[in-house]
Amino acid sequence: MTGASTPRGTYLPAGLPAPLPSADGLDAPFWSAAREHRLVVQRCNSCHTFQWTPEWICHRCHSYELGWEEVQPAGILYSWERVWNPSHEAVAPAVPYLIVLVELPQAGNIRMIGNLLGDPLQDVVIGSALEAEFEDHPGPEPYTLVQWKLPK
Amino acid sequence: MTASTISGKTAIVGIGETGWYRHGRSPKAEFVLALEAITRAADDAGLDVRDIDGIAGFAYDRNEPGRIANALGLPEIKFSNMHWGGGGGGGSAAIGNAAAAVAAGYANYVVVFRAIAQGQFRRLGQAMQQDVAHFPENPNTPGHSYAAPYGLFAPAHMFALRVRRFLYENDIGPDAQAAIALAAYHHAQQNPRALMHGRPITREQYDGSRWIVEPFRLFDCCQESDGAAAVIVTSTERARDLKQTPAFILGAAQGSGQRYGAALHNDSDYASANQRKVAERLYAMAGVEAKDVDVVQAYDHFTGGVIMSLVEHGFCRPDEVNSFCTFGNLSWPHGRLPLNTSGGNMAECYVHGFELITEAVRQIRGTSTCQVAGAGISLVASASMVNPTSSLILNR
Repeated sequence: MTGASTPRGTYLPAGLPAPLPSADGLDAPFWSAAREHRLVVQRCNSCHTFQWTPEWICHRCHSYELGWEEVQPAGILYSWERVWNPSHEAVAPAVPYLIVLVELPQAGNIRMIGNLLGDPLQDVVIGSALEAEFEDHPGPEPYTLVQWKLPK
Repeated sequence: MTASTISGKTAIVGIGETGWYRHGRSPKAEFVLALEAITRAADDAGLDVRDIDGIAGFAYDRNEPGRIANALGLPEIKFSNMHWGGGGGGGSAAIGNAAAAVAAGYANYVVVFRAIAQGQFRRLGQAMQQDVAHFPENPNTPGHSYAAPYGLFAPAHMFALRVRRFLYENDIGPDAQAAIALAAYHHAQQNPRALMHGRPITREQYDGSRWIVEPFRLFDCCQESDGAAAVIVTSTERARDLKQTPAFILGAAQGSGQRYGAALHNDSDYASANQRKVAERLYAMAGVEAKDVDVVQAYDHFTGGVIMSLVEHGFCRPDEVNSFCTFGNLSWPHGRLPLNTSGGNMAECYVHGFELITEAVRQIRGTSTCQVAGAGISLVASASMVNPTSSLILNR
């Protein structure tokens, strides 16, 4: 059963891999900020282009000087899919579940993947305004995912 | 004019295939499948397999040229090429790479092949359980952390998001996807080699099939198969001396538009097959247009991807998809544009689209089980929505 009704209060059950900050340190700031319930996006210090997923170089101006900017935790539903076939044993109890692609106009229209909270069978409308919800995963190596929901 | 081009300088002169098996059911080792396909291609061409002096592959095939050459006792190898990246998007590119090698004088007879026996390794369609648990498998590949924890990790998941946006932007209804699946299964009924031969489907069965990931039902997704297929590329001069009708390589193109795919759905041209520019260069090299094409093999990993390939190769505009992508138009023998005429990845077998290439050759030879009368221009679009992708035009 999906939604906030898994015993841990997470959208998907335990057993999926935890996000792993890149070994070369590239995206550690994103995951630290998420744990603090802040949404940050990589932004070039030279040309101010937002960039996602993080990379060492700005794809627009080729500067290696990239920072992280906090942005409003909101976005627009750009695309979606409803997964029915459990192609990993961890999600077998959780299907169907919703994956969304969320565009952030306040961050140069970068797009992030997440889950859409709530009824997994809900009608999904492209263009819906969404709010982020930070989903804590406690444990010996805690992490926080950025999820999405329709505002009340 | 001595423009630098491979157009018209090479031809496919031999094709070889193993039997097709459902995934994991090959009774033979994967390497044996590769050897069989390669030796059959040589036999089909009327060559001694030891005439092969070049080997080209794609999709990080496990069967390395050094091992193949040594196993067959090939006297010499002058070209050894793996097309870099793009998985099933690389089949046409591998043909183009072989053609370039022949045209440049590197080698005389280049075999291009693909061999897959998944049960011996792992299933393509499942999340790679081991990899997902220990990702990033390749620490130089960013992005896994931003997808897998949200339950996005299998190929169907990756493509469904993009297809959904394409369907939305162009107001495409479900009938187009259904038509593609039905045409493939229809063609498989004529093809005794096809794994779905004797297993036709109706629209009702298509509509009643379970969702895999919306917008893909079971019958919107290709099979997973074991098998191998190979072709031999040589110069047009040598081709004319061999026993088969040559399938001349009129055009081959590979590549990608800007920032496609690699940035985890952050490409500016999102709802795209990534084939617009490849198709432009393909037609420019070949000197033909979409309207000149008699028969199409368009990589059907998912029906939605086929629609996008057809649009970006100019067969219909996005706003024409609903009226163009019909069973009537896409099915042999009466369709305007017969599509995936041996059953495709969906209904013949899934050897990463290499069986689409052998079928495209058969259409030129006149030996297809769904032979388009007078087929003279035969196009293959390799996998859409990958970076890089590729496509190919053969002519008689």
